[in-house]
Amino acid sequence: MVADFNWAVGGEAGDGIDSTGKIFAQALSRSGRHVFTSKDFASRIRGGYTAYKVRTSVDKVQSVVDRLDVLIALTPRTIEENLDELHEGSVIIYDGERTTMQNVEIPEGMTGIDVPLKRLAEEAGGAIMRNVVALGAACEVAEFPIENLDSALEKRFGDKGKKLVDNNKEAARAGQSYVDEEYDHEFDYDLETTDEDYVLLNGDEAIGMGAIAAGCRFYAGYPITPATDVMTYLTGRLERYGGHVVQAEDELSAINMALGAARGGARSMTATSGPGVDLMTETFGLVATSETPLVICNVMRSGPSTGMPTKQEQGDLNHMLYGGHGEVPRFVLAPTTVDECFWKTVEAFNLAEKYQLPVYLTADLSLAVTEQTFTPDTFDMDEVEVDRGFVVDDSSVGEHLSESGGFMPHELTDDGISPRAFPGTVDGAHMSTGLEHDEQGRRTEDTAMRVEQVDKRNRKVETATEREDWSPREFGDADAENLVVTWGSNEGALAEALDMLEADGVDIRVLSVPYVFPRPDLSDAVDDAEQVIVVECNETGQFADLVEHDVLERVDRINKYDGVRFKADELAREIRETLDAGVEA
Amino acid sequence: MSSDVRFTDFKSDKQPTWCPGCGDFGTMNGMMKALAETGNDPDNTFVVAGIGCSGKIGTYMHSYALHGVHGRALPVGTGVKMARPDIEVMVAGGDGDGYSIGAGHFVHAVRRNVDMTYVVMDNRIYGLTKGQASPTSREDFETATTPEGPKQPPVNPHALALASGATFIAQSFSSDALRHQEIIQQAVEHDGFGFVNVYSPCVTFNDVDTYDYFRDSLVDLAEDDHDPTDYDAAKDVILDSDKEYQGVIYQDESSVPYHEQHGVDEDMSRIPDGAPENATDLVREFY
Repeated sequence: MVADFNWAVGGEAGDGIDSTGKIFAQALSRSGRHVFTSKDFASRIRGGYTAYKVRTSVDKVQSVVDRLDVLIALTPRTIEENLDELHEGSVIIYDGERTTMQNVEIPEGMTGIDVPLKRLAEEAGGAIMRNVVALGAACEVAEFPIENLDSALEKRFGDKGKKLVDNNKEAARAGQSYVDEEYDHEFDYDLETTDEDYVLLNGDEAIGMGAIAAGCRFYAGYPITPATDVMTYLTGRLERYGGHVVQAEDELSAINMALGAARGGARSMTATSGPGVDLMTETFGLVATSETPLVICNVMRSGPSTGMPTKQEQGDLNHMLYGGHGEVPRFVLAPTTVDECFWKTVEAFNLAEKYQLPVYLTADLSLAVTEQTFTPDTFDMDEVEVDRGFVVDDSSVGEHLSESGGFMPHELTDDGISPRAFPGTVDGAHMSTGLEHDEQGRRTEDTAMRVEQVDKRNRKVETATEREDWSPREFGDADAENLVVTWGSNEGALAEALDMLEADGVDIRVLSVPYVFPRPDLSDAVDDAEQVIVVECNETGQFADLVEHDVLERVDRINKYDGVRFKADELAREIRETLDAGVEA
Repeated sequence: MSSDVRFTDFKSDKQPTWCPGCGDFGTMNGMMKALAETGNDPDNTFVVAGIGCSGKIGTYMHSYALHGVHGRALPVGTGVKMARPDIEVMVAGGDGDGYSIGAGHFVHAVRRNVDMTYVVMDNRIYGLTKGQASPTSREDFETATTPEGPKQPPVNPHALALASGATFIAQSFSSDALRHQEIIQQAVEHDGFGFVNVYSPCVTFNDVDTYDYFRDSLVDLAEDDHDPTDYDAAKDVILDSDKEYQGVIYQDESSVPYHEQHGVDEDMSRIPDGAPENATDLVREFY
């Protein structure tokens, strides 16, 4: 089990909670400790309650736990909100001179450390540094070398000048020595440091970095919690690598801009959350039927409608799988960890271009806002491969012209994959459309061509299923009789839960699935297990439904999709033929 | 590109299904001629079309093209042009596509001033759905869905454009082939967002805004001593609801197009087969 330390800073929105927490997390990371952060936040700019929590250990941490060791409380509510997590050894750092904190009661058994944060900050150069004073106090309580905090302060304020950095260092030391002098500290904490180098980043940032690594050049988006950080990350950075970020007027525009850039031949992306996905759904059908490669990142939050915008949920799975009128193939990838957000983004771009279809890359709020430490080689850029799929140029375009000389972007091929010609390719001019079309992209209502194009689009899925690796990640006891299946961000918590269960003598086999569609065939694993549990953050069990679907008895099917209704005699014939053929194995 | 490009090179092998006499024939011819005349060819041109009778234009022209969803043609054109500054982008749609379902995008496309041309085939009616009021229909224009007329003032697209900071605003008439082509050509050559509203009569469902009506009422600004670089004069023309005009109404000669404003000048279709050079810098930022 992880020997961990749990720390938090909490107050009102507008109190600088986020940047304070980030500085401390950074200090821990720079000291060679592993970090896993989480946020309690609300959809408001000022007031309310917000907190930044850090779990740290010299070992890898992959989850939050219900325990808080040291809490910096800027408001009484911060203590109330965390009563369940505080315990008898907990230390609460607060400023008793702050009007709202004067009569605050420290719960029994816990240690209250009253530090005049504002006053000490003013003495060091400005009240704005009061949270840094608190960080210094926290270093003393946790026996954490303050030099690591210096390093984080330099990173945070370095570009604003040495004076500001020095003032902050002084403020931190004021907090540290105040605790040292005023309190006989016999706290149980001793945060050791290591020589390890770690980087600290969250899921949204990992997705953004993955996009740049994969050669994404165009991003259009509209701000929405919790996907905004993807755009914030890319802004300025994408430009450094020859690309561009546009803030569109709405999600309808964002996906259409991204579609336009993709038709222009750029690797292109948009990111949004539930309500934005709803708005993008009409164009999604166009992207898919025009066979345009596009990565659509959906950072899920609680729905339906506006729901709980700053809370966790994995409720959009069915929408991503089935959203939109008509039937059209799409892939759905769901990275399960922060580092996998990077690699799955790279993979999403390759899959989108190889199979010329939209790829939903879905994270959820927890994954998006969680900052976690990794060794830098986790993101080894030399390992990044870019596969653009079937693209023709001036010299090869001639092999894909129709008898009348028109380029065939929807050429009927065995594997379903047709050639792409970017604008500017001589003799490659063609139209893409949401209308059903022939091989040249020209509108058609010809029943045979309609069926051929539908089949061709679906054939790409069959091809991908065969050619690509859609394996789940397996851990736990491979021979255990009980199986737990999960998808998305639950993996970290599950990995640690596994250790706890093991200590209690409970063995389970775990399959963590990053591919929702196409997805791995779990039917053997399900068959082999005594009991199967599917873990997910939603009410109806959307992934559980898929697992059940995959192991259900198969039925025979008669389908018609040429645009003409069933006719009685035709149906009688088809039923007879199907019955004669017998039950499919 | 090659100087021997003829406007017919921009014609596809599909025969238009527009009603005989539809204004869209003339509108499209002018677009094709303007493209050929400005040195473009089908392989370096991207046409984005919306939905409706006008939206079919992508099918009848030969070039790289996208026939999109209703009302979103401008964002698509914006994306194409940003990714491919080397490609000539022309966006075409109808009054419903541009001023009703897509009105929000129109305002922002104008603001962005992306270097592309926007041609609105304005027939003041919904034709493909067989004759309902459009955002530019007259207040008393009776249709099946507005039996007593819309009883709302029509959208003034030029005013909307001017208020949004347009750098090129023009009006043409599909039947005045020469002037129409000239005006489209000026829009193509404009450094920024070239907006042309084209009166493109619907001969089947609109018996008010007819060829005869426009022929009789149109005042050509070029013959009317109008200075398109004069903002106030442009404003007067735009807000004058008593007359119908054709010509370039407003042009900001100091227009700075989006790609210059934002330094977006690379062909984004070309990328390396691995992570970009210096990508490891991104990892180091997270120390």
